[in-house]
Amino acid sequence: MSVTANPALAADARREQWFFLSLSLPALFVVGVAAILPILWIIRQSFLTIGGVYTVDNYEKVLSSGLTWSALVTTFELSLGTLVACILLGTPLALALAAARPRVANVLMAFVMLPLWTSILVRTYGWLVLLRRDGLINAALTGSGLTAEPLPLVYNFTGTLIGMVHYMLPLFLLPVYAAMRDIDANLIRAAASMGATLGQVIRTVVLPLSAHGIVSGSMIVFIYTIGFFITPAVLGGGKVNPLSIRIERTLSTFQDWGSASVLGLLLFVVMALVGVMFLTARRLMMRNHVGAVHA
Amino acid sequence: MKSLPITIESVRKAYGSYVALDDVSLDVRAGEFLTLLGPSGSGKTTLLMSLAGFVRPDSGRLVLDDRDITRLAPNKRDIGIVFQNYALFPHMNVLANVEYPLMLRKTPKAEARRRALDTLARVKLEDLSYRNIAALSGGQRQRVALARAIVFEPRVMLMDEPLSALDKNLRETMQYEIRRLHDELGITTIYVTHDQREALTMSDRVAVMNSGRILQIDTPQRIYDRPSTRFVAEFMGEANIMAPGSVREIDGADASRQMLMIRAESFHLDARLVGRDGVALEGTLRAKAFRGEDWLLTLALDSGQEILVCIPAALASGCTELCAGQRVTAYAPAERVHAIPGAVA
Repeated sequence: MSVTANPALAADARREQWFFLSLSLPALFVVGVAAILPILWIIRQSFLTIGGVYTVDNYEKVLSSGLTWSALVTTFELSLGTLVACILLGTPLALALAAARPRVANVLMAFVMLPLWTSILVRTYGWLVLLRRDGLINAALTGSGLTAEPLPLVYNFTGTLIGMVHYMLPLFLLPVYAAMRDIDANLIRAAASMGATLGQVIRTVVLPLSAHGIVSGSMIVFIYTIGFFITPAVLGGGKVNPLSIRIERTLSTFQDWGSASVLGLLLFVVMALVGVMFLTARRLMMRNHVGAVHA
Repeated sequence: MKSLPITIESVRKAYGSYVALDDVSLDVRAGEFLTLLGPSGSGKTTLLMSLAGFVRPDSGRLVLDDRDITRLAPNKRDIGIVFQNYALFPHMNVLANVEYPLMLRKTPKAEARRRALDTLARVKLEDLSYRNIAALSGGQRQRVALARAIVFEPRVMLMDEPLSALDKNLRETMQYEIRRLHDELGITTIYVTHDQREALTMSDRVAVMNSGRILQIDTPQRIYDRPSTRFVAEFMGEANIMAPGSVREIDGADASRQMLMIRAESFHLDARLVGRDGVALEGTLRAKAFRGEDWLLTLALDSGQEILVCIPAALASGCTELCAGQRVTAYAPAERVHAIPGAVA
């Protein structure tokens, strides 16, 4: 406050702000060229026929097709399914990591992060080896007599979901773990000293104070998975067709750039809507948690 | 509220080779306000946290009102704790924080509200019941923490340097408030601080700790005037330690074998104010400083030892004219010279 009260200092502070803003110019330029220009180009494409004539036919064709809407539903099913699985698996894992002693937590964290350092293709084909009819898991299940027939674990929705959850879990875990680790240990001690059981501590202190991390993690999972392509393509066996696969088909089979562009824009709009939704939720939450960590 | 005694029996706690608590025994009387005083690393917080149940002693027993609580889970001990950083729940408002322990005890909603509001009134915070924690000042947070710790009528109250984050004036007000609250409720309280003045002002008894051990437990006055070790003497206030032999006799008795302590403020510059049997120490004035309520003089004795002499401003008419290098004699009455027992040179 004392800085802005002095006009000379305030001018200095403003100059400094402009200097730091100017540092971001190269990055802004790359984002502009690499993201905004292609999007503008796709918007233009979406209004062109194959012959190069301006039209709205592409929109009519794509939006009236049942395939588009079933692809949209599949996209949401995959994203929601992955999100629910990540919340159910990741939140307890984050709790365990946050409660572990620092050295143990670091080792566990390395295991969690390992998949992130492996190529997604390698990982996806790895799951194929495990989940196939004659794969390791089915061999173990039938071999031990747990099931008479091999289970259909891959080339379907289940297989796709398994692959996607495996990919997303670490990305969900990080913000949740960070939020939980930042909770002052004395808050937990205070709750316990007043009589709270472990379950009550988690419910009344830990979860409310890490909710913003869970929302952040959920946003990452949802937005990432909306555009997932490799996993459904490899593990879905042609039976799981989200929007990303629809777009690729439209291009590779029909060379229909106009329709593919409309589908791409649809995906973009869905992502933007979901993103805005999560950001709003997070902002509302943070407002209720002013100084949540250091109050 | 009921008052319960606490017994700590030979409690030991080590972290690797570092001994945090070295065979600590302590009896806290029912309704007493006892302060654990010591420098950082002395084990006072470890002792408090083992009473709270967050540190498990390697050996020894903790007994609360005839019941062994050594292995009892923290949430079953029924102990109110005020933490150094208050540990208020930032996602709840003031009232919800205070209602929290009642909510855990399944107290009916209306009754919980009434008791929380009553307790907030007790700490003079009823007007801020619906504030967010982030909107409170340090002193107000301190009061919420107090209210939250007493609202469920715990069996004992523990406080871990609760005032260390407050500025001096607020700290003094809160010292008085905490003591008043204790007297009203009569709840046995163990208070941890490294501030000797705070310990003297607030406590019924003070336990001075160092390196995981309790050195002395006594009333504030006896701790200050009759320290049992050199460490206690020097930790409390400005103490001059006189090695054996530097004072030959006091009150006609031989004192040459004893280590003596004379507080800086026990001295006078006027021999007439001191009885015939007092101690007179002559030296060269090295430095003088006016501190408002008193003058602090540093005298270099002929033995080379420097002593601190503190003269109240009201009796220090001559101090203004004193200059460094001048010969000065400081007199201490015999009853203000304390022989530290067991201390050998």
